Parts: sequence; structure tokens; C-alpha cells
Amino acid sequence: MDDLYRELIIDRYKSPVYRGYLDPHDISFEDDNPLCGDHIRIDLRVDENDVVREAAFDGHGCAISQASADLLVESILGNTLDEVRALTKDDLLELLGIELGPVRLKCALLSLKVLKAGVYGLGEASDDLVD
Amino acid sequence: MTQTNSFDVERIRRDFPILSRELRPGVPLVYLDSTATSQKPLAVIEAMDNFYRQSNANIHRGIHTLAEESTALYEEARNKVARFINAPSARQVIFTRNTTESINLVSLTWGRVNLKPGDVVILTEMEHHSNLVPWHILSAERDLRLEFIPVGEDGLLDLVEYQRLLELKPKMVSFTHMSNVLGTITPAQEIIRLAHAAGALTLVDGAQSVPHFPVDVQALDADFLAFSAHKMVGPSGIGVLYGRKELLEQMPPFLGGGDMIKTVHLRSFVPNSLPHKFEAGTPAIAEAVGFGAAVDYLTQTGMQAIAEHEHALTAYALERLEEVPGVKVFGPTAEHKGGVASFYMDGLHPHDIAQVLDRDGIAVRAGHHCAQPLHEKYGIPATARASFYLYNTRQEVDRLIESIYKVKHMFGV
Repeated sequence: MDDLYRELIIDRYKSPVYRGYLDPHDISFEDDNPLCGDHIRIDLRVDENDVVREAAFDGHGCAISQASADLLVESILGNTLDEVRALTKDDLLELLGIELGPVRLKCALLSLKVLKAGVYGLGEASDDLVD
Repeated sequence: MTQTNSFDVERIRRDFPILSRELRPGVPLVYLDSTATSQKPLAVIEAMDNFYRQSNANIHRGIHTLAEESTALYEEARNKVARFINAPSARQVIFTRNTTESINLVSLTWGRVNLKPGDVVILTEMEHHSNLVPWHILSAERDLRLEFIPVGEDGLLDLVEYQRLLELKPKMVSFTHMSNVLGTITPAQEIIRLAHAAGALTLVDGAQSVPHFPVDVQALDADFLAFSAHKMVGPSGIGVLYGRKELLEQMPPFLGGGDMIKTVHLRSFVPNSLPHKFEAGTPAIAEAVGFGAAVDYLTQTGMQAIAEHEHALTAYALERLEEVPGVKVFGPTAEHKGGVASFYMDGLHPHDIAQVLDRDGIAVRAGHHCAQPLHEKYGIPATARASFYLYNTRQEVDRLIESIYKVKHMFGV
């Protein structure tokens, strides 16, 4: 429990650093977790070398989903889009530093799904993106 | 409440093996999720176990002893269920997989034959998805007009608006007998009386009512009633559609296959009589046997006593929840509701509440509880829901409240 809701998660849930919108943006995508209604939108600005220069997220949901989005968005600043495409479930779990059961895993992975669907320019965020 | 004295909840708890489980050393289970599915007493577990150990065979048309025994057990379960809801005949009790399948059976057989483009079907704003989506599907095929009885801020159906909707001459009024989110017990008898006066048939979604208080289909004058065994201390995988005999007889078959036919030729078939006409293929036989044992268990305990126990417990839970600053409980006051307390806490997502409660051994559900439109109406994505059944206690409510204070402390809200 204290692992799951470690201080970092509660801090980032209550006081996210990257919450907001980027307008204009180069990439934007949003999606829901149909199971619980969590919602995440991620906006990115990239430079001419495809490096992520600015990033923001918005949405609503549980502490895990929102903190995960905040930490994920922070972690990709300065990365190339190719590096973002290569992100895996394990990368995200490492950022969160917690172990999650199958249900809460979906909460955590929503932001990664949204990010990758946006970067790949897909019409929808498929679970395959985060397997 | 005099019955509550003779209602020995500690004795009842001993009948349910899972309730003595510790989730972790020193953390006993507090199961507050019976609205999703109930726990099972030893009598049900043993009935199914004995069936597989002693009598297992496929039913109907078998000559050998086991086939006769299993057929008799299966049909005896149907008789027990029929008596439980006071059906005029056991032939009007169709075994399905669950409430959802029962409602789909009506929409896809009665609905396909009787509904034309523009026909009106009345539902309510607090339906479970199982009583919305079957009508959406049929509506896409038949271009129906779906209308909804509104739910007020008080969690009750607006019967004035309902009477206005009845002027549209609906063909069907399909509604929940008890909301799985708000706990609202709907005035089913009145809704049915008004529907009949307007020339409409009625389908009662009894998934939450039949397990929790006495339901008499003849007193209600319901045309159809759907419910599931697993919410009433029985096994999953079996449910019921009760229907008025002449309606069931007029309806075309649902699924085709073995057991639902009288005769089959290469290019045609003649359907079987009721209830077999609607039971294609090998049914859930052991589950039917378990269902029969569940009905026996509830009957022996007394449905009225169960209802009173739950009512007292729910009133206590609502009182305790409302004491907690920042907690908002949804639904009507205790007098109009069954054993459900759905709540929301400012600044906290229900998933986080449920997760912290789980560490204290408390099982509650978090989400939209398959009633997304209702949550949209109240402008919240999800709620946490504690629900109560015959085996829950005031001590368990106290543990829930203590744990909710822990959540508040942890998140600093």
C-alpha cells in the first residue's frame, strides 16, 4: 500500500507539474479507459529534429493514472520521437516505481497508450501499443 | 424490525466459508460487494459438489439412472425457483445464463416480432447497461423510439413524467426493480399498472430485487421478470426469464439447437413446448442444482427477515457515511432503498478509495457499475459502492468508516 501510494505518486497526483494544454501543438491525442472512465490528453511540441521540446497532459482519473501521465510527460522531454515510440510498459513502471495488479495496470498504462498513439499518428489507442 | 432479533447474522456467517477467510494474516475479509455478486453458502457448494460426485449426466431423453436423477434435479430446481417468485407454473421459468441474457431473449424474440419502426419503448435513466444495450441493438435494427423515465436529484423516478411518456402509447416498459448504483427500489406495481392501462407490456429487471426482498410476479402482474442466481447466493452461469404464458408461447425461439425442438427435419423444425423451447443445448445443470439449493437457503432464512436486516444495516451505513466530512452519498433516503451505498469523496478517485480499503480487507466496487448514463447525469465519472447482504454486520460498516478515514488521511483531504 505504502508502496503503491508512495509520496511521489500522491505528490504528482495532487500537484502535477505538467498539467495543461499546448496550443498550438505538433502532436495531440486523447483517450479514455472505458473500464473506469479515466481520461488523458497529451499535447507535444517537437523541434525540426523531432525532439520533444514541450509536453503537457490533461484529464481526470485516479491517482495512478494522473501521476503516471505527469511522470511520463516529464520523462520524454528532450527525447526524439523514435525514442518515444520505443517506450515500453516496463519503462513506465520503472518511472512509477511500483508494482501493479492487472486492473490498476490499465490505469497506469493509459498515458503511455495515448502518448504512443499520438506519436504514431494512429486513429485510436490500442492495447497493443503497451503490451 | 422485530424480526431482526431472531435473525442471527453470526449463524448465517458460519454458513459462508469464504467469510472466514483472512486476506492477509490478521486482516479478515469484509465483503461489501454483493451487488456485483453474492457469496455462496456451504449448502449451495455442497449441492453442486454432490451433483458432480453422485448424479452427473446430461438431462432429458436419457433412460439410465443418472440421466433420470439429473433431469429430476434440474426440473426440481425450476420448481423451487417458480415457487420462490410465485409463478403460476414452472413452465414459465426459463433458465438462461443470467439477467442480461434474459433481457436479450425478450428483445430479440418478442421485440423482433412485435416492434416496428417508430414504436416506443420506455426505459429509465437508472438502468444497468444490460437493460439499455439490448434495446439499443434492437433499435438500430428496427428504428425504435427509446424514451426514459427521468431520475430526480432525490434518486427517485419521476412518475409524473412517466405518465406523460405513456401518452406516446409505448409497446414496452422495461425497468429496473432496484438500481444497482442508487439502491432505489422502484414502485414496480404502480409502474406496471400504469403501463398496462396504456396498453404496454412490462419487463422487470429483478437482478437486484429478487435476491433482496420478496418478489411475487402475480402480485406485481409483471409480463416478464429477469434475474440471476449468482446475486442470490447461487452460482454464476444461470439466470431466469419468467414470462406470462401466452407471451412465451407466441414468441419465436431464441437460440436453435438440441432440446429446444419437438421434431427436426432436414429443412425444418417444430419447436418444443415451454420452457424447453427457449433452452437450446445442454444447460448449466450443476448450476441449476446449486440455484435450487440457494433458493431453499433464502426461503429458510426468510426473505422478509433478510430485507429487514439489510434495511437496518443500510440505514446505519448511510448515517455513518454522512458523518464523514467530504463524503457524498448518492441515491434516495434509506426508506426508499435497498442495501447499496454509492459514494463520492471530494478530491479522490473511487479507484484510489477502493484500493486503500482493500488493504484493510474491505471489498467495495469502484467505477460506473455498468450504469454510465446515470453517472453522466450526476456529472461524476465514477463512484465507490459498498453493498450489503444477509451476512453483513454493523461491525463491518464500522470498519468501512474507519478505513475511509485512513484514505482521507493518506491523501490529505
